[in-house]
Amino acid sequence: MRRRGLAPAAPAALFLLAFMVGPLLLMLYVSTLERGAFGGVVWDAHSLAAYEKLVFERDLVGRLALNPDYLAIFARSFQLAAITTTVTLAIGIPTALYMTMLPPRRAAQLLFLITVPFWTNLLVRNFAWILLLRNGGPIDGMLNRLGLVSGPIDILYTPFATGIGLVYSFLPYMILPIFVAMERIDRRLIEAAFDLGANRLRVLTRVVMPLAMPGIVAGGVLVFVPCLGAYVSPELLGGAKSMMIGNLIQAQFGASRNWPFGAALAMVLLVILLMGLGLLALAGRRRKSA
Amino acid sequence: MTDAITIAAVRKQFEGSAHPALGGVSFAIRRNEFFTLLGPSGCGKTTLLRMIAGFEEPDEGDILLDGRSVLGLNPNRRPVNTVFQSYALFPHMTVAENIAFGPEMLGLKRAEIRERVARMVALLRLDGMADRKPRELSGGQQQRVALGRALAAAPKVLLLDEPLSALDLKLRKEMQIELKRLQQETGITFVFVTHDQEEALTMSDRIAVMARGEVMQIGAPVDIYEYPANRFVAEFIGDTNLVAATCIARDGAAGRFALAGGAEIVAGDAAAVAPGTEVTLAFRPERVTLGGSLTAVMRHAVYLGTDALLHAGLPDGSVLRARLRAGGVSPPAEGTAVGFGVAPDAVRVFTP
Repeated sequence: MRRRGLAPAAPAALFLLAFMVGPLLLMLYVSTLERGAFGGVVWDAHSLAAYEKLVFERDLVGRLALNPDYLAIFARSFQLAAITTTVTLAIGIPTALYMTMLPPRRAAQLLFLITVPFWTNLLVRNFAWILLLRNGGPIDGMLNRLGLVSGPIDILYTPFATGIGLVYSFLPYMILPIFVAMERIDRRLIEAAFDLGANRLRVLTRVVMPLAMPGIVAGGVLVFVPCLGAYVSPELLGGAKSMMIGNLIQAQFGASRNWPFGAALAMVLLVILLMGLGLLALAGRRRKSA
Repeated sequence: MTDAITIAAVRKQFEGSAHPALGGVSFAIRRNEFFTLLGPSGCGKTTLLRMIAGFEEPDEGDILLDGRSVLGLNPNRRPVNTVFQSYALFPHMTVAENIAFGPEMLGLKRAEIRERVARMVALLRLDGMADRKPRELSGGQQQRVALGRALAAAPKVLLLDEPLSALDLKLRKEMQIELKRLQQETGITFVFVTHDQEEALTMSDRIAVMARGEVMQIGAPVDIYEYPANRFVAEFIGDTNLVAATCIARDGAAGRFALAGGAEIVAGDAAAVAPGTEVTLAFRPERVTLGGSLTAVMRHAVYLGTDALLHAGLPDGSVLRARLRAGGVSPPAEGTAVGFGVAPDAVRVFTP
């Protein structure tokens, strides 16, 4: 019985094995190798140098010394991802709430509008932000004309510009799951809360938010995780001083030609994320059983 | 003493609807009364209940609670609580948290809230379930939690929107008795909405029968059943024989009526009917007796346990139903002409 029950899952399992578990194991293996002299790796020379490089550097006489550069990139990435998640939450929750209160037809229209940006390549859309944010661009011109600033705004190529790009890129991933969760809440529960004397704020905090929590958590994960590995926004909008992990990893497989280090960076990021998601799942299970 | 609720000329028409949901309804609900709004679906009873709760506003008219208008007051500001048809228990809260919700919103002290929850758990026999989530309870238990949650806020009026319709028959009977007990113990005014006439007759102090946005009749169950005000009420409540007849003579309040095909029926209360008027006569099957001048041809008999329901054809082609004690008596054979009788005080006269 049990074997027959699993048989339909075989194609999916094979697919995952070939295209996810396989490459992951390969990457883990690569991260333990030595880099080749002209890029690539030496397939039979093992070393943990790649992981060491993340935290330490060797000075001229070969002693290990703490190197905060890469850790700073990790810290910045987590910070930007956290800020992006917070901002998209702050925008996403009221937006989703508003949409659930609209007549179904209007809500469907808004839902459609939210998905429209997906039709255009992420690269193109982030490039559009360069044109908007650059000195002499429309935002710069408008703020100057309104007298809110004088002189160039100097937003482009800062972490702030990266933040704008990230919020813009990931907002739909926050709104959609929260909207779905709120949409599924039985309207009669909200009526019941009002009936029992709750005002709007209490209805929101005591009934709507707790019941929408799975959607809020899902939105948070869907924004935070890809944000941490974001590549396009920091690359186009961030400039050299706001590099994120994604750019660092890309550089190792590109210009820096240090595959083991790139693989090690990716592995460390993966382990941190898996631990985080594990904790979240544990908390969710405890909440459900409590 | 002011009435608990006064409904004054309330009108409501929903957008896109050709008929008003409520067409100018007026009546009063007394304090500590078990009052039932009874009618078929779409009669406006639920709309009226939602107006008292504050979820709908009337287009015209006024709704008074304890003599004061509550129009424009949000549901959370009205001293009424609702037991919803679907119960609408908060799924993320335990039974105790659900019950505590109302008192908490009232801003009561912790000790007072705990005391009220304990009282509700005892009153509704929910012992040992306080820490369970609603989905872990049976339908009947959920129903009692919904009642406890609404009562814990100590409302002046408890509104019940078909709360028993999701329960099976046995549980429904139990809950009917339970509801009546609760109403008497708490002394709170209950406004109960149902389409089930038996439920209404069993529990209510008074019933308002509604149809098409109008109140057809208000009265005690016995009045509604024995003295229906019109043809609709007679048909909606219980089983009724309706026959077309013409008034042929009047003798004081009583009147003699002729059926098409020759038979005659005497009605005790026909003071408002002039001879020659065409009317509909209504009488309950259980008030029909064997032996009398109303001749009908026996069609078939349905055995109901304590009673037997006889169907017989009247000369005008309509069916006469007679409900007789089944014990020991075998019903007349099919096809035989049988004489039936109706006591004059059992016959209601409706014009037309």
